[in-house]
Amino acid sequence: MHITDSVAIEQERAEEDGSEAVVAVENLHKSFGSRKVLNGIRLAVSRSETLAVLGRSGTGKSVLLKLIIGLQKPDSGSIRIHGQNIAGMALDPLGEIRKRMGFLFQQAALYDSLTVGQNVAFPLQHHKKEISRSERGDRVRELLSEVGMEGDLEKMPSEISGGMQKRVGLARALALEPDILLLDEPTAGLDPISAAEIDELILRLEAGHHMASIVVTHDLHSAKAIADRLILLNEGNAVIEGTFEQLQESDDPFVKAFLKES
Amino acid sequence: MGFLEWFGDLGVFFWQVLRAAVTPPFEFRELFRQLDDIGSKSLPLVAAAGAAIGVVLSLETRDSLVRFGAKSMLPTAIVFSVIREMGPIITGLIVSGRVGAGIGAELASMKVTEQIDAIEASAVNPYRLLAATRILACILMLPLLTLAADFCALTMGWIAQALAEPISLHQFINAGFRGANFTDLLPPTLKTAVFGLIIGLISCFQGMRTRGGAEGVGRAAMNSVVLSSLFVILGDVVLVKFIIIVFP
Repeated sequence: MHITDSVAIEQERAEEDGSEAVVAVENLHKSFGSRKVLNGIRLAVSRSETLAVLGRSGTGKSVLLKLIIGLQKPDSGSIRIHGQNIAGMALDPLGEIRKRMGFLFQQAALYDSLTVGQNVAFPLQHHKKEISRSERGDRVRELLSEVGMEGDLEKMPSEISGGMQKRVGLARALALEPDILLLDEPTAGLDPISAAEIDELILRLEAGHHMASIVVTHDLHSAKAIADRLILLNEGNAVIEGTFEQLQESDDPFVKAFLKES
Repeated sequence: MGFLEWFGDLGVFFWQVLRAAVTPPFEFRELFRQLDDIGSKSLPLVAAAGAAIGVVLSLETRDSLVRFGAKSMLPTAIVFSVIREMGPIITGLIVSGRVGAGIGAELASMKVTEQIDAIEASAVNPYRLLAATRILACILMLPLLTLAADFCALTMGWIAQALAEPISLHQFINAGFRGANFTDLLPPTLKTAVFGLIIGLISCFQGMRTRGGAEGVGRAAMNSVVLSSLFVILGDVVLVKFIIIVFP
């Protein structure tokens, strides 16, 4: 057996029993021109664990998420997904890793020329070619019913509300049964009731699918409700990482100010 | 400097599309959709433009040839003008207007609403799904649309001439194609595949690199049309010279 195969198997075993990080980010740096957005970020998330990334607007939270799924390239540092460093990886091999990841965009990013059902079917059409059309239809209905949207299969994205679009985006993100779920501001722009419904939905899905999740948000209530651990970013650095209670006990002036204002 | 950077980025984009296009999985379903969208839906416009060119050529050339006592050369003048240059270039410009704007605006809109990122996040290569299929459809459809434009131009050229002075279709074709051979038709028709490459490549490139909301979408659509039309005309200069050298 090749040595890299045995390392990968060891990693898989460690991931299975929850002792190894499914996502591990090390010393990550990212700048846009002269503006430094991320300055040596480290984080790790294990299977069935939810990490919330908090911070003010413009502190690089969404950039961090896009770096983790490879939509942007880091200036330096490593991003290990199931033990494989994806920094600088070519598009097709990266695609194999992305099949095990789901991503919910801030504005849902549904394909506006496709119906709700076709949006959810999109990943299945491209990566589950072995399943029949009727099996695909059943799977789409099952996913939409999981997010409470089974009655809107034939609607266009422009015909449903922002909260409903996020639900459909979530169903699409879950289509390939990922073991890593990345959520970019899942409750942004929603009224408090819809936001609470989305939080509840995320909790239910995480419990049902045993995924490692990273949730980017500036909504402290949402983070407290859905995350096991929280990390607070400021000026490209992680100010603190821990449970909500640990954040509350912190003496750091920025942490105190953030908790007070949220 | 910006001009050189644009060319550099275009080269990198072309390489990424080429690499995606020749490796599986192939996006046949999207390719057929684009063949229909770019080919069949451009046909009425190309046919109308071809017909108009045929009439104009017939009217203008007739007047000139009569003045120099070479009226009998009229069918030949129309046929050679249409198949060697007017048909291909008019098709190229019409398609760069209709399809270039369409591709540029569609992809730009997808880009600014993160739909292209969503495709990539779904582990689908957007260069393969969006760009390669559109570029290939342009390459395949341009020669066919050119033949349609040629046909309409020659038909209307004959009708315009027949209205001025009776001439049968048989006589028109015999006189027009006398001395013509396949090298007069094939290379100029096939050169439009290069026009297709130019239109598809520039429009996809402009669309997929868009930034800045609705304004960016508008700019991408405009740049797609302007740049693809400009490069079609410049490309034509090079290709005409190339065809003259290779098929003397």
